[in-house]
Amino acid sequence: MALLEVDDVIVRFGGVTAVNHASFTAEPGRITGLIGPNGAGKTTCFNVITGLQKPTSGRVRYRDRDVTGWPVHKRAGHGIGRTFQRLEAFGSLTVRDNVRVARDIHGGPLAWVRASGRSSLEIDVLLDRVGIAEYADERADSIPTGTARLLELARALACDPRLLLLDEPSSGLDETETDAFGALLRDLASEGVAILMVEHDMDLVMSVCEEIHVLDFGQIISSGTPAEIRDDSAVQRAYLGYSADDPHEAANGLGDHTSEMEAIPS
Amino acid sequence: MSSLFAFTLLGLFTGAAYAIMASGLVLTYATTRVFNIAHGAFGMVLAFTFWDFSQRQGLPTLLSLFLVLGVVAPAIGWFIQRFVTRGLGEGPVSVALVVAVGLLVGLIGVAQYIWPPEPRVLLPFHPETGWQLGDTYITAHQLITIVCSIVVAIGLYLLLNRTRVGTAMRASVDNPELLKLFGGKPDTVAALAWAIGMSLAALAGILLTPVVGLDYYALTLLVINAYAAAMLGRLKSLPLTFAGAMGLGILESWAVAYLPTDGFWSTIRPVIPALFLFVVVVAMPQTQLRIGQVKGLVAAPVPALRKSLGAGGVLLALAFVLIGVVSRSDVLLIGVAATYAMVMLSLVLLTGYGGHVSLAQFTFAGVGALAYAKLDQPNLLGLVLAAAIAAGVGALVALPVLRLTGLYLALSTMAFAVLMDKMIFQADYAFKFNGTLATERLSVLGVKIGSDTAYVWFMVLAFVLMGLFLLWLRRGALGRILIATRDSPSGCGTLGLDLRWFRVGLFSLSAGMAGVAGALFAGLRGTVGAADFLYFQSLLVLLLAVVFGVTSVTGALLGGTALMLLPVWQSSSPELAGLLFAVLGFGAVLLGRDPNGIANHLFKLGRRLTGKVLPRWEEQLRERLDGLLKPGRPEPARSVDASFDTGVDAAVRIKEPIEEPQGVA
Repeated sequence: MALLEVDDVIVRFGGVTAVNHASFTAEPGRITGLIGPNGAGKTTCFNVITGLQKPTSGRVRYRDRDVTGWPVHKRAGHGIGRTFQRLEAFGSLTVRDNVRVARDIHGGPLAWVRASGRSSLEIDVLLDRVGIAEYADERADSIPTGTARLLELARALACDPRLLLLDEPSSGLDETETDAFGALLRDLASEGVAILMVEHDMDLVMSVCEEIHVLDFGQIISSGTPAEIRDDSAVQRAYLGYSADDPHEAANGLGDHTSEMEAIPS
Repeated sequence: MSSLFAFTLLGLFTGAAYAIMASGLVLTYATTRVFNIAHGAFGMVLAFTFWDFSQRQGLPTLLSLFLVLGVVAPAIGWFIQRFVTRGLGEGPVSVALVVAVGLLVGLIGVAQYIWPPEPRVLLPFHPETGWQLGDTYITAHQLITIVCSIVVAIGLYLLLNRTRVGTAMRASVDNPELLKLFGGKPDTVAALAWAIGMSLAALAGILLTPVVGLDYYALTLLVINAYAAAMLGRLKSLPLTFAGAMGLGILESWAVAYLPTDGFWSTIRPVIPALFLFVVVVAMPQTQLRIGQVKGLVAAPVPALRKSLGAGGVLLALAFVLIGVVSRSDVLLIGVAATYAMVMLSLVLLTGYGGHVSLAQFTFAGVGALAYAKLDQPNLLGLVLAAAIAAGVGALVALPVLRLTGLYLALSTMAFAVLMDKMIFQADYAFKFNGTLATERLSVLGVKIGSDTAYVWFMVLAFVLMGLFLLWLRRGALGRILIATRDSPSGCGTLGLDLRWFRVGLFSLSAGMAGVAGALFAGLRGTVGAADFLYFQSLLVLLLAVVFGVTSVTGALLGGTALMLLPVWQSSSPELAGLLFAVLGFGAVLLGRDPNGIANHLFKLGRRLTGKVLPRWEEQLRERLDGLLKPGRPEPARSVDASFDTGVDAAVRIKEPIEEPQGVA
């Protein structure tokens, strides 16, 4: 049984179907990529998994239990952690206190009244691990976007997640930072964390993910290993507007996603 | 059966007027995301304006009506949207609410200043005309009300569905940013919505005045009726709002007809809107967490433990001297100030740290006072029990809105305050109508604190302890989580925090703190009654807390003192009483955007003093001393170190200043 099973989920907003019959899984120790053009429903999938969005139909199973009706905090308490595409850092607090809050919340109400001196070393270790130790004493609303994303990752890690959902974690990072980030992801996976990642940096996705699902207009149009995805004509059509297999359409192939066209290394 | 028909019909007439008021509220809220708590107050001021035009200046009725509805009201609406509420909708709900409450209080002040209290009559339209329908008599005024509401309904329908600007209005309900991208002008749309909303408030106010009277408070409170009706349409749907208004009118009419006119049931009628509101709120579906809105707030500094202890000590010493010097009546006033300051501390927790607004904080103090008086346990146990009861009531208020967002919680507290004020506090099992309960001052560990001076000093001590408790809380894990929930509820939720229960706990703790203040206040007074805990007092508490700084203990202290002084000033020059309200209300409108308030400016001043001026003085002083003691002593190394330390400290914490209660002295 998979750790997480998204089973035939549909999300409709009024007349728009944001997610259409999506089914996929996440396994411990594996990094799974969720890619697709903007507006394909990737973040909505994450919201469904974390409980921020109720699906119109379909189920979410986690550790063999149906969690579709569970509230956000309960899922988090059972080890589902996430980061946000549009940041949700606690702006008034320092970077260190952001992580400390996560730890406190994770510890439960009894931990709130106890002195928290013990955990401050763990926090610094965690900040160091994601590579933002130098920002520890700065307010979270004054740090660069990329750093804030790493902060959200540190915050999620502070809650010892079994399943980690990362929403465009590498945007805002430069090349060396992205490389370090990729190594960190592999490291986390080797510890047994299941990682589900929405990402636009194709180099990163292709190099760290074992399995990739491609979403377009809310539907999973393709699933497979990075190599399979690269060669899939449906994916190319979604990303490029045409497929290399049918040259007839290549002529009017001015897709909306030209920026990501170069991103797929061939 | 025919009487049922008759009363239903009568209910429809009031309901029609509520519908007009509620549709204005929905229009302004839906287009600008600013909930205008002062909607009823605007209706009140405009009804007074209509009275002024038609009765005092003797203009023809139709001309006055045209001037009010067509000129004055839209102009005010445009002005308010343009210069007061613009941009508030995108900010935190608490700021928008405080500004609207400021408008409410300010408008009541303006009305009292321009039209001092005296009996005024605004006759119904065509008072002589009416028709017999079966055994019911329908007046022309009632018919006009119904016709007006139908015209409003049709007019709004056509405006929203058949015109370009109406389409833009509906679009801005969903996404003003998107509207801007598509070439719409959200500002124009918002200004128009406020202009129309204001006219509707005026119309409803004028139509309802013959029913509720030309009264500052009764007309202002109509916002609760409108809000209750609008909630049925979730502040969005106009048809459901109309349905809600009619239902509310009918319920009220039935209450008049079928409920006993004496005893407990007679008190139900005035609180039907509040009860209606609670039922609708409880039945509303869960709202989802919003995501994608990160912004930290710059809060007032949290002082270190040593600093806060020192400031507390200074305050206690100061109070001791002051209590020894001033007259007996002034000693009691210091006790009142301490009461207000403690209630404001409870707001520092709830609003300053937690970002939630309560419009019933002084009502919780009333609950504490009532519990303390009823328990008749004048000792620490009684105090703790009273606080616990207030905390329990606070939890009860927060529970129904557990699943909803901050705005609904705040508005429900206002309904709750009115409910307590008009029904519970005046009931036979509480203070009784116009009655009071005797209370005894408490004894601590067997020692009775009987004298005024000792008791008031004890109250100051209670304030200091509460302030220290609050700062301890803020520095700890709970304080950090509080700030985190304010910054990003979704972030906290996905880390595993149950926001709903956290909010109930927070609200309950805050109510408990106010309860302590109320219980101590009861002891101070010796007798307390319902008149001590009017709902309006809670609005004043909130406003002064925000003006003086709702994020710091110092702000609460200054605010409490100011609120104590307010009636003193008002009674010394009664003709300016209304003006003071107006200044306070509009002051809150100006300062409401910065919840750190006046206190924070004092901190900045204090920091400049200690950061620049004091070291300079110190240096000069040392130079002179050196000159005097030339051959004697070596350089005072310690003090050099000390000043160096503070310098580093200040540099490190540029954004988190260090001084707290410098303003105390």
